[in-house]
Amino acid sequence: MYQIISKETLAPAIHQYEILAPKVAKKAKAGQFVILRVHENGERIPLTIADYNREAGTITIVFAEAGYSTKRLAKLNAGDAVQDFVGPLGVPSHVERFGKVVMVAGGVGVAPVFPIARDMKAAGNHVVGIMGARNKELIFWEERMKDACNELLVTTDDGSYVRKGFVTDVLREYIESAGKPDLVMAIGPLPMMRAIANLTKEYEIKTMVSLNSIMVDGTGMCGACRVTVGGETRFVCVDGPEFDGHLVDFEEQLMRSRKYKSEEQHALNRGGCGCGGGGKCHG
Amino acid sequence: MAKQIIPKKHPMPHQDPQVRAKNFDEVALGYTEELAVAEAERCLNCKKPFCKQGCPVSVDIPEFIALVKERKFDEAAKVIKRTNALPAVCGRVCPQEHQCEKFCVVGKKNEPVGIGRLERFVGDYIVNKEEEIEKAEPTGYKVAIVGSGPAGLACAADLARWGHSVTIFEALHTPGGVLMYGIPEFRLPKRIVQKEIENLKKMGVEIETNAIVGQIASLDELFEEEGYDAVFLGTGAGTPYFMNLPGENFNGVYSANEFLTRSNLMKAYCFPECDTPIKVGKKVAVLGGGNVAMDAARTALRLGAEEVYIVYRRSRAELPARLEEIEHAEEEGVKFLFLTNPTRYIGNEEGWLTGLECIKMELGEPDASGRRKPVAIPGSEFVLPVDVTIVAIGQGPNPLITKTTPDLETNKRGNIVADDFGKTSKEGVYAGGDVVTGAATVIKAMGAGRVAAQSIHDYLMAKGPKKN
Repeated sequence: MYQIISKETLAPAIHQYEILAPKVAKKAKAGQFVILRVHENGERIPLTIADYNREAGTITIVFAEAGYSTKRLAKLNAGDAVQDFVGPLGVPSHVERFGKVVMVAGGVGVAPVFPIARDMKAAGNHVVGIMGARNKELIFWEERMKDACNELLVTTDDGSYVRKGFVTDVLREYIESAGKPDLVMAIGPLPMMRAIANLTKEYEIKTMVSLNSIMVDGTGMCGACRVTVGGETRFVCVDGPEFDGHLVDFEEQLMRSRKYKSEEQHALNRGGCGCGGGGKCHG
Repeated sequence: MAKQIIPKKHPMPHQDPQVRAKNFDEVALGYTEELAVAEAERCLNCKKPFCKQGCPVSVDIPEFIALVKERKFDEAAKVIKRTNALPAVCGRVCPQEHQCEKFCVVGKKNEPVGIGRLERFVGDYIVNKEEEIEKAEPTGYKVAIVGSGPAGLACAADLARWGHSVTIFEALHTPGGVLMYGIPEFRLPKRIVQKEIENLKKMGVEIETNAIVGQIASLDELFEEEGYDAVFLGTGAGTPYFMNLPGENFNGVYSANEFLTRSNLMKAYCFPECDTPIKVGKKVAVLGGGNVAMDAARTALRLGAEEVYIVYRRSRAELPARLEEIEHAEEEGVKFLFLTNPTRYIGNEEGWLTGLECIKMELGEPDASGRRKPVAIPGSEFVLPVDVTIVAIGQGPNPLITKTTPDLETNKRGNIVADDFGKTSKEGVYAGGDVVTGAATVIKAMGAGRVAAQSIHDYLMAKGPKKN
C-alpha cells in the first residue's frame, strides 16, 4: 500500500495528492507517468507526474474526477493509501537548451507542464507559459507556473479571469508579436493539443505533445495505448508519452479515447448511486 | 505372462462443454485418488526412462509414478519437487504430447501413460498441505530475479534451496507473470498459482511487486547500490506483435495480451463489480493457432461472444497449440477457419471495427520451419463480419531492461543473448525463458530458469565465502 501524505483540492473536482513511493520518487523525471490502483479490484489508472520530492520520497499527482475510478480515487484522504503505485513509466521529456520554449497547458494539463517548464528554465531556456481553463474557478498552480516560467500568460474560455480566449488565441498573438519560439510543448485535452499542433504547423515550429491514452500495464505489454505517429504504430507507454505533435494522428486518438465510453457510463451509474447499475435508483 | 496394458489413458473428468463455455471455472477437473492409482498402474517403470529425457526439467517420472501406485502421494510430490517447483501448474499447462508422453514406451502401441494428469494430481494433492521447508545454511549472497513468471520462479526456488538470498522484482501488481495475466482461470486457476508462489515465499524468497527494473534501478545500480551479487533476467515475451495491416488501430482490435490481461489479471469478466472494462463483441475473430489464440477464443466465448472464429493461415495439422486446448475449443463451439489469412481491417466512421477482410491460402513447399508454406490464392478475398479481433500471432521481448543496459548483448529481434548455461554478455547477469528464446512454453522457461540457477550458484560459489 502507498500512503497519501497530503491532499489538496485545487479546483472543483480537481485534486492534488502527494503519495509516498520512495523508489519511484528517486528516479522520477519530468514527462514521465505513474500507474495506480485505488483498491484490490481497481483499474490501473495512468497519471502524469506533476512533481516529485526525492528527499521526502513522494510523487505529486493531480487529477480531475472524470470517470468512475478517478471519482473513487477522489474519495480518499490524507492518511489513506492506494493499493498499487508503479513508476516512473515512459520516456522523460527531452530537455536541452533550445532557446525560447513555449509551454502550453490546457485545463489539468498545467500539472504535468509545470515540472517540464521548470527543467526547461533550469536548462537555460527562456520559458513562456501559456495556461488556459474554462473559467476562473478551474485555474490552479498559477504561482508555481510563474516561478517555473520567465513569462506567464493566462486565459479563460469565458473571460472570467485575466482575459477571454483559448490557449491557441494566446499562442497566435504571442507568435505574431514576439516571433517564433524554438519549441512549443502542449499538454491538455486531445482537441486542444490538436489545435495547437495545427497552429504551429502553419508557423513551422517544432511541437511536442504528451498523450494520455488508455492503458493497462504501462510497460509495453498490451498495446492498448497504440497511436499512429508519422504513419507508424507506436506505444504511448514505452515510446512516449511525448510525440511530435505534427505527426500524431489525433483523429485516431480521439476515436480510441472513446473506446470504453459506454462502459464508463455503466460503471458511473453503479458508483454514483450504489444501485449497482440496475436502475433501482431511477437515476 | 506380461500383464495386459489398458490401451487408453484413464479419462479425466471434465465440465460439460455446454456449461463450461459460459463460466470461468476450470475445465478439467483432475483425477480422483482411484483414477490416479489406476493410471499409475499403466506405467511400466522402464529401467531407461525415455519420458524423463523428454522433460525440460528432468522430473524423475517413473519414480514418482511408482509412489502414486503405492498411494504415497506426499513422497511422490517430494520426488517431483526435487526438479520442478510448480507441479500443479505444469501438470496443467505443459504440452506433454510433445515432451514426456511423446517418449513413453507404453505409447508406442497404445496411448502413453497420462504423465501430465498424474503430475497434476500429485501437485494438487500437496498444494494445500503445509509443506516442511528445509532451510539451507545462508550463503550471504544476494540474487535479484527480474520477472516473476515461470523462469524467475523456477530459478528462485533452486537458489533459495541452496541458501542464497533471493528477491524477485515484478512489474505488475501481482506475481506470476504469464501464469497470472496470460493463461485463463478455466485452464489454470489463479489460486493454484498463488499457492505455489506462497510456498516459494515460505522458502524465504522475497517478492517485490510494482517494481520495474530498468526504471527504478538499472542493472548496474542493482549491483553497485543495492548490493546484489548476481541477476537473473526472466522478463518473458511481453511485447505483442501486430500484423501491420491497414486499420489495425480501429477500436475492437486487441492484442491477445491486452484481451487476456484485462480478463485474467484485471478480472474484467466481473465488470462492473471489478473496475476494468472489456469489449467482448458479438462476433470475434482470433488470429493465430497457438495456445494463446485458443485461450483468447475460449475467453471471448465465456465473456458472451455469439460466434468466435480462429483464423489460421495454415491447416489443422500445423496448429501449434496443445492438442487438448484445440479439442476443448472445438467442443465449446469455437469455429476454425484454416488456410485463411487476414489482409485488412474494415471499420466505421466512429472508428469501430466492423469486419475483417481475409484471403484463402493453399499449402506450398515446406518453409524453414519444415512446415508447408501457406500461399495466398489470388482473388479469394472475403469479408468476415466481426466487431472484435484479437491478434494472437506471437510476442517479442520487452525492451525496458535492454534499453537501459547498453552492455547487454541482444540479437536482432531484441532477445537477450545467453549461452546454454544462461550466461549473458554482462558479468554476473544471467537470463532464460522467453526473453532469450522468444515465446515458448511455461516448462521450457522453467527449465531455463533452473539451468541459470545452477550457473549462478556455480558463479557465486567460485567466489568463495561471501565477504562483507
